[in-house]
Amino acid sequence: MLDAVWLVPALPLAGFLVLTFGGRRLREPIAGWLATGCMASSFVATLGVFLALVGRPSDDRRWVTTLFEWVPAGDLRVDAGFLVDPLSVTMCLFITGVGALIHLYSIGYMHGDDGYRRFFAYLNLFAFSMLVLVLGDNLLLTFLGWEGVGACSYLLISFWFTDEANATAGKKAFVTNRIGDWGFMVAIFLTFFTFGSIAYVDVLDTTAAGTVATSTATVIAVMLFVGAIGKSAQFPLYLWLPDAMAGPTPVSALIHAATMVTSGIYLLTRVNPIIADAADWVPTLIAWTGAGTALFAATIAVAQRDIKKVLAYSTISQLGYMFLAVGCGAYVAAVFHMVTHAFFKALLFLGSGSVIHGMNGDQDMAHYGGLRRFMPVTAGTFVVGWLAIAGVPPFAGFWSKDEILAFAWNESPLLWAVGLVTAVLTAFYMTRQVVLTFFGRGRFADPRPAEVEAAWEARLAEVDATVEAAKQTVAAETDNGQPAEGLEAAEQALAAARAEQATLRAAADVRPEPSGFALEAAPDVGPVADALPDEVAVRAEHHPHESPRSMTLPLVVLAALSVVGGLVQLPFSSTTKRLEHWLEPTLFHNEVHLTIGAGTLWILAVVAVLGGVVGIGVAVAAYAARRVDHRLFEQPVLADAWRLDRAVSRFMGGPGRAGFEAVARFDEAVVDGAVDGVATLVRKEAGLLRRFHNGLVRTYAVGIGVGAVGLVAWFLSRSSF
Amino acid sequence: MVVTTSWYLTLAAVLFTMGAVGLLTRRNPLVMFMCVELMLNAVNLTFVSLGADLGDLSGQLAVFFVLVVAAAEVVVGLAIIVAITRRRQGATADDLSVLGG
Amino acid sequence: MSVLATASGVPFAVLPALVFTPAVGALIVAILPRRRPELLKLVAVATSAVVGAMAVWLLTAFDTGHGADLQFVSRRDWIPDLGIQWLLAVDGISLFLVVLTGVLFPIALLAVDPGHDDRAYYAWLLLLEAGVMGVFMALDLVIFFLCFEVVLVPMYFLIGRWGHGNRAYAATKFFLYTMAGSAFMLVGILALAFLHADATGGDLTFDLVALAEAQSLETTTARWVFLSFALAFAVKVPIFPLHTWLPDAHTEAPTAGSVILAGVLLKLGTYGFLRFGLYLFPEASHYFAPVFLTLGVVGIVYGAVVATMQRDLKRLVAYSSVAHLGFIVLGTFSLNTEGLEGSLLQMVNHGVSTGALFLLVGMIYERCHTRQIDKLGGLQKPAPILAAVFTVVMLSSIGLPGLNGFVGEFLILVGAFNAHRWWAVAAAGGVILAALYLLWAYQRVFHGPAEGDNASVSDLRLREGLVLAPLLVLIVGMGVYPKPVIERMEPAVDALVAHVEAHVEGFTEPTSRFGADVEAGGDHVGGSDGHSDGHGEDHGDAGEDDH
Repeated sequence: MLDAVWLVPALPLAGFLVLTFGGRRLREPIAGWLATGCMASSFVATLGVFLALVGRPSDDRRWVTTLFEWVPAGDLRVDAGFLVDPLSVTMCLFITGVGALIHLYSIGYMHGDDGYRRFFAYLNLFAFSMLVLVLGDNLLLTFLGWEGVGACSYLLISFWFTDEANATAGKKAFVTNRIGDWGFMVAIFLTFFTFGSIAYVDVLDTTAAGTVATSTATVIAVMLFVGAIGKSAQFPLYLWLPDAMAGPTPVSALIHAATMVTSGIYLLTRVNPIIADAADWVPTLIAWTGAGTALFAATIAVAQRDIKKVLAYSTISQLGYMFLAVGCGAYVAAVFHMVTHAFFKALLFLGSGSVIHGMNGDQDMAHYGGLRRFMPVTAGTFVVGWLAIAGVPPFAGFWSKDEILAFAWNESPLLWAVGLVTAVLTAFYMTRQVVLTFFGRGRFADPRPAEVEAAWEARLAEVDATVEAAKQTVAAETDNGQPAEGLEAAEQALAAARAEQATLRAAADVRPEPSGFALEAAPDVGPVADALPDEVAVRAEHHPHESPRSMTLPLVVLAALSVVGGLVQLPFSSTTKRLEHWLEPTLFHNEVHLTIGAGTLWILAVVAVLGGVVGIGVAVAAYAARRVDHRLFEQPVLADAWRLDRAVSRFMGGPGRAGFEAVARFDEAVVDGAVDGVATLVRKEAGLLRRFHNGLVRTYAVGIGVGAVGLVAWFLSRSSF
Repeated sequence: MVVTTSWYLTLAAVLFTMGAVGLLTRRNPLVMFMCVELMLNAVNLTFVSLGADLGDLSGQLAVFFVLVVAAAEVVVGLAIIVAITRRRQGATADDLSVLGG
Repeated sequence: MSVLATASGVPFAVLPALVFTPAVGALIVAILPRRRPELLKLVAVATSAVVGAMAVWLLTAFDTGHGADLQFVSRRDWIPDLGIQWLLAVDGISLFLVVLTGVLFPIALLAVDPGHDDRAYYAWLLLLEAGVMGVFMALDLVIFFLCFEVVLVPMYFLIGRWGHGNRAYAATKFFLYTMAGSAFMLVGILALAFLHADATGGDLTFDLVALAEAQSLETTTARWVFLSFALAFAVKVPIFPLHTWLPDAHTEAPTAGSVILAGVLLKLGTYGFLRFGLYLFPEASHYFAPVFLTLGVVGIVYGAVVATMQRDLKRLVAYSSVAHLGFIVLGTFSLNTEGLEGSLLQMVNHGVSTGALFLLVGMIYERCHTRQIDKLGGLQKPAPILAAVFTVVMLSSIGLPGLNGFVGEFLILVGAFNAHRWWAVAAAGGVILAALYLLWAYQRVFHGPAEGDNASVSDLRLREGLVLAPLLVLIVGMGVYPKPVIERMEPAVDALVAHVEAHVEGFTEPTSRFGADVEAGGDHVGGSDGHSDGHGEDHGDAGEDDH
């Protein structure tokens, strides 16, 4: 059964091939069902492999199956083979499981899209790449999957390519990833140089035997870390993830929440012996990068208005937690959080997709509110996801986050403090999102600030026009010479119009500022209510609706998983730490042992829960009870992500581009100029020499004469008499 | 006064110089040709006198070669000159610079 | 390459046939009536298809077990007094270049019609094929030089008569620049032959194998002669800063011309470095290696940066060639098996993917009548299949694993890393830039809204698809399963490396030193033993064998 592991990636690959070459008959919804079927059967295959692995004694759970020789060149012998061990199987389980659910969801979500078949082809290709990434038995095969998911991410982010912004986002993701890939490649080179092989079995066993120099291990670890931060969107290579929200929501859920972004953590966990052998500052670097990014991203999420952007920054933040865990030597906690995060983040993303679907594509939370009445299932499952991510026991997120915080405290109280603050912020912004979306007053029928502005403009213009018209009438009546009957009426009309204008102007001067979220009541439009554009009325007609069963079913399943997911690693006793035992063979005893006592653990847990409660409480106070002004939290600098993206874009478009342009100019002017210069020089020389050839015979004769005399003179001077 | 070889050589030199100067200063193509002939014959004179002086027959042999070349050159050259002057009356060497660079 | 093996069981003299069939085909085309372009095309395509078939047959008939030997030798005395002979052979190094040529020419001929003066066009292309085949297979220096120069004339006319706006300038520049380089090579060839004859006191000979095995020049002289060869190849490759003929030539050439120029002609230079640089002058190659490595890295980065700012799509692809060939130069001068195999592999890969890229650009030009990127846009909507094919080829050019470009690039970098670490680290950064300029170009051409005429562009036609299909198959196939190619190259490459090792004092092939960084415990961890235990019984398949 273990040898059949090749089925796991092969099924999605087959799905991709069929969908790509199967022709136009594979329209919706067959394409969707086919792709989902492939993923589901891949999940079944994974289950089979999992059961086979479980059936083996716990110290014999590493199986390598080789498919064919891929690159046999010189000393480098790279095979295409799969490594089946607890870590890879765990990854496969949730990749295929959550993946299948997301495929199912997409059938409904992508309904009516022109690129339906293309979408599912890409999704299957992505699944294939991701599975190769985790199952690969050597660094190069992992790298193949690594780049493969990057390419699929590019294709899927820019899926709706007619919009320039989507295309740019896709390109940004790919290029930023590539910076990380550079680090990964250098690590592979050094690994080959040091070990003569890049198969995990060789490398990890040799490292675990303790025979690798610290300096080498350090460089390899750091380079792999560079690759990891590119793929897992840590600072400073995180800039692509928020932009990646331009892709369809299932893409965001699958790639940018559950799977691709976790590759970095998988990689670091896989090579834990190398990290263990590296210098001490390496894990510290990893931990602080993770913690710092987590806090940084959480602060930004607080002020976002787009429902998906909140989740994007939340993902970056949660990934930071996983890096923090890895840096503290808590590999099990990292994997645990990876799994639970896959559940609840996918749930949250799919839920947001459901909301977007029900709101006809609107992603701005300012226009949401009270949606639980229209979308009960979505709301209910979203609440479950919220509780999980906020770290409320007994939901899954609490257990995994708590474990990480415990190891953070074990490493350094300062790290723990950062983690705690981030947890508080997480609770806050997630509660904010839930309240703004599902509770409170329904704002979807409210006129938007731009529309209100337009209405005011329209009314003012109208009133001004009336005054002008009235003036014209008065002037017309007076022109007649003699005052006519209409004059008085016209003058009265003018006075009335002027009065109205004055009233309106006065009202305009004191009209209220459009605030961020109209939490209390609809914006006061006062006198311009009838001048509002038609879209307002159209919107009021349309009510948000719940999504079809194919979309809500995955939500329910994921919600259930978010509830019970914590059961695999409960910290109470050794028997309940199932995940830890399961992953043990892959950790080479590099898992740090907690040196803190049970009492401290309880206190930390309680503090964490309290922190979560505080976060929830403040958010409720600000957005539901409206006791605190919510604008206090939504600072513009946070909403603008600390202006970093803007700075990078300015640099790339400004000095960066100028630099490249300068090089291109240099090539044209200097390098090519030298070549053209040679040609010009030759032409000039020829021009000079041409002067001797004036076509006049006598000049030539003179030349002959002079030359003859010269020659004779020379011979005479040389000959001796 | 005995007429020695050097008299002949001097004469040849004078003739050659006259021909050279004439060639460089005159513009009429026919006159320039005559100057060229003068130069050639001056050389012939030199050859013959030195050949007689040294008792070497190759001097007279050289003259034959020179004469043949001169004849051929005159034929071709005169034909070209005549063809050109027929087109343009009074064309001088200065006008014929078409083959210039 | 030390043993000249005669091939057995070969029914005919295949190598001379590979050279003379296209030449004869060119003659036939030249005498056919001018007014029957379909007939001309048919004859031309048929000829090159026959050549292609022969080349592929050559691939199958190649004796993999003796890949280091020169096979299918064809030898005949030509000018015995001067030691010049007609000598053709293939080994693992030249085999794939011959096959690449055989495959690309029919594709280039079939894909595009010249539009005017068909007869001359096909004749020149076939003559070009003959010349290129000669270059790759020649083992006599004079024959090599002859074919090297012969290649220039048809290309000059192809660019000059059937090219685009600035064709006269581009053709002249290409011809003069390349010829100037090879002028130095001629001096070098003569110097080598005469000096060798002086040193050995024997007859004058231009036989490559004899000259290389003898190594009769003294060190300084050899270095100068190597430089003369290197100059010619450096212009041909092209190596920065001798590259500026390439953008003009590629851009102004007609589509088939660009395909052949990029796909095949550039490889003449890199092949020259391998066969005539490393083999004839191992010590000099080793001595000058840092220079070429640096220039290679510069080329990679510089080519990519300049490519980013190009406004003409074809020119952008041309500069990308400069970048790719920088990688190949890097691999060549790493002087180890992985690097050399990577560069050979990449020669074939670049031919296939850049050839396909130029074909695609030609198709876009044919539809939109412009190569200016800012006039193109949104083409993916009306032409999705074209866009998809372009995506695949573009990803191959970027070096995405799973496609052919990656394997070569990776081997080159591994080899370079083992030899000169920091050069490889710098060169690896080139992959970031490659993604940048190609994706940006793709976005501007295919993404975004399709405006005006761009919205009515037609999608890939059947004929175009048939022409691109073999290239796509190669792109994917060689990415997933490059082993058959590598194992045919490896013996010859190993022999070359051994040759360099033998003739350069104190030089051993830079290879991985596993166990070199072992902590105080003495020597390395018992090499292979360290890997085997712990997973001996874990293997499901015996696929992974110890090396």
